[in-house]
Amino acid sequence: MMKMEKQILMGLNGDEAVAYAVKQVNPDVVAAYPITPQTIIVERFSEYVADGLVDTEFVAVESEHSALSSCVGAAAAGARAFTATAANGLALMWEITYIAASLRLPIVMAVANRALSGPINIHNDHSDSMGARDSGWIQIYCENSQEVYDACIEAWRIGEHPDVQLPVMVCLDGFTLSHTMENVLTLPDETVREFIGERRFITVKGHTGEAELRLNPEAPLTMGPLDLQDFYFEHKLQQVEAMKHALRVIPEVDAEYAEVSGRRYGVLHPYRMEDAEVALIGLGSTMGTVRHVVDTLRSEGVKAGLLKMRVFRPFPAEELIEAVGDVPVIGVLDKAASFGAPGGPLYEEVKTTFYDEADRPLIADYIYGLGGRDASPQLIRDIFRRLEEIRARGEVAEKVSFVGVRE
Amino acid sequence: MSDLTLREAAKKTDLLAPGHRLCAGCDESIIVRMVLKAVRGPTMVTAATGCLEVATTIFPYTAWRLPWIHSAFENAAATASGMEAAWRAMRRKGRGPLAKYETLDIVAFAGDGGTYDIGLQALSGALERGHDFTYVLLDNEAYMNTGIQRSGGTPHAAATTTSPAGHVIPGKREWKKPIDEIVIAHEIPYVATMSAAWPMDVMRKARSAFEAEGPAFLHAIVPCTRGWRYPSEKTIEISRLAVQTCIFPLWECRLEEGRPVYKLSAASAAIARRPESKKPVEEYLKLQGRFRHLFRPERRDDIIDSIQAWVDHRWQMLLEKAGF
Amino acid sequence: MSEQKPGWRELPRGAVPYKSTEEYETGDWGVEYPEIDRSRCTKCMLCHFYCPEGAIKVREDGYTEVDLRYCKGCGICAEECPVKCIKMVLKT
Repeated sequence: MMKMEKQILMGLNGDEAVAYAVKQVNPDVVAAYPITPQTIIVERFSEYVADGLVDTEFVAVESEHSALSSCVGAAAAGARAFTATAANGLALMWEITYIAASLRLPIVMAVANRALSGPINIHNDHSDSMGARDSGWIQIYCENSQEVYDACIEAWRIGEHPDVQLPVMVCLDGFTLSHTMENVLTLPDETVREFIGERRFITVKGHTGEAELRLNPEAPLTMGPLDLQDFYFEHKLQQVEAMKHALRVIPEVDAEYAEVSGRRYGVLHPYRMEDAEVALIGLGSTMGTVRHVVDTLRSEGVKAGLLKMRVFRPFPAEELIEAVGDVPVIGVLDKAASFGAPGGPLYEEVKTTFYDEADRPLIADYIYGLGGRDASPQLIRDIFRRLEEIRARGEVAEKVSFVGVRE
Repeated sequence: MSDLTLREAAKKTDLLAPGHRLCAGCDESIIVRMVLKAVRGPTMVTAATGCLEVATTIFPYTAWRLPWIHSAFENAAATASGMEAAWRAMRRKGRGPLAKYETLDIVAFAGDGGTYDIGLQALSGALERGHDFTYVLLDNEAYMNTGIQRSGGTPHAAATTTSPAGHVIPGKREWKKPIDEIVIAHEIPYVATMSAAWPMDVMRKARSAFEAEGPAFLHAIVPCTRGWRYPSEKTIEISRLAVQTCIFPLWECRLEEGRPVYKLSAASAAIARRPESKKPVEEYLKLQGRFRHLFRPERRDDIIDSIQAWVDHRWQMLLEKAGF
Repeated sequence: MSEQKPGWRELPRGAVPYKSTEEYETGDWGVEYPEIDRSRCTKCMLCHFYCPEGAIKVREDGYTEVDLRYCKGCGICAEECPVKCIKMVLKT
């Protein structure tokens, strides 16, 4: 049992918080390519390398595709591997995200969320990581730089857990978090290293007998074979199962992390939900704004609440049902559009989750902030006002609304 | 290199096991067997998507007796970069499962599609960064795994399913991309060409590639019975003719004091010394169904002559570079 | 080959193959197989190196031997034998 460590308060923006956490983790390989608004991560990390503060082999690749491909090679060879990207960079990696997950490689990747081209835009929304939601990666969305720092430490323990063995994506909103300086409590290096320990390997039965799942000259395995109709489906089911395990492992790791850091997040975080009559569910930095608005509304007599989803993959459906409880009206904040779909990606998960519940809330979707459009307190207030109207009317007139956009 | 005599090499267990499902007469497995007979010790292999990958690892079977990974089509060099970086980091730290290996031969196998075309960027990046690995280009001059489509490595006039010999266009219009020159321009320590007809030459070059500090590039001509349309027993004969006609000469190129220094290998050096022994390229072309339209229904001397001129020109440039 | 295939719980994670292709005999692919006339063999071993299957082993006595469990009958060995002591024979 570790004891709570004295922590150091640092002024870090989100990208720097990633870089600092990864420096403390001291992974074997970091392979990355610059892209706004992730670039500060690779810049800071390169400085750590240049100053000899890490043992990491920094591979300054020629594309994001090669960044993740190098991480696949490194992680398969038994290394801890990290990369970071955003928007088009993640899109360029798309092919390899699926491969990394299917090879069961616990790579950690920070995504400084940015709107996908086109037209080209450098600002924040979740279109990039939402596009990767079915790739088999665990996805953690952060509200502030502190969460970013903490997630970049927890991620290794989650992904490398023997029952999980999956890659982890730590999502931080571009600019809003990536470039905004905040106070971050940081653990001593030794505490971080002790917490994450050495990488562990699971044992599998390969063609030469029992072997650790890695490229080992003394116990060779074949990774990434041709897998056809008679086995591919079974292997996909193993990934499904691993995600189920992750839902159990994430809170376990989180609880252990709380013992050394005093900070605990869970898979989702309810705020003033117990007696709420209207509540918003969402991801990322906007949740800070929503919390502020909830407080204001409460002081005005409105029973508002907030449910922050920290983990989107695996999707914590049962926890969501429990956290919503008896709240009668739910608004979902989606910072990504799914063209031609019934609603935004989070909305669809939330509605699916409640479909089988006899007592389910009224649910409306609010798609906001695309391309970095400001999510102001006024916008959030307006959404709460609409939720109150729904509550008064007892039905959802407009299931999906695009808010903060000119008609 | 005392272990690299034919006799010693023949005793080694093949690192590619039998029972793989490459076509009868496939040259890829011949080259791969020879290359892997030259590894120095601990070895890891990555393969790009292609016949080799597909036919050797049909789940639940694998033919690889060493650690092997396939990730995707265009990223063999990037995957190898990560494997090498992992080893390098563990060596430096003195910790981690690879820390104990003083040498680790990291080999990437890729075809012409995965090298000339879709994988060129990853290859260039890996060469520029200087990773210590060996990239083996298995050049069967078309996308054979998807059914014989033309690539940047397909030779002029060859018929493929996307450059068919039609009534108007007689096969591929473009010329073969000079991949070796592109690679050599990256100023890497070792580049060589290989033909399976000369096993000792292949193994010796593979060993040189493994021993080179930094990236090494081995370019093997890999006749394909299905795509080149010839009987399966002719694989080695065509490999040999490629060299004897100088359409695919054998040489190696080392970086010495910042300059690429070419050296012709024995088979090609013999032709350089006795130019009259250079066979006409027609002898190579006429054995292959992909060039049949150059001979039937009527003989296309214009095209055959243009190919001969291309071969002569490239051969002359090589002779100059190799100091002949 | 009516063996029961394992379910997802039994299969090794990471989709790593659990059998060697040595268990997958390709010897029935071909219509011909090579016969070596050792009285003329010079033990040059070229057939060992040229075999795409790795099905031609060099024995202790220096002669080569074809493992017919894997030979696909491509005929390279017979074609390339410098003394023509290998001939392809039709399977009966």
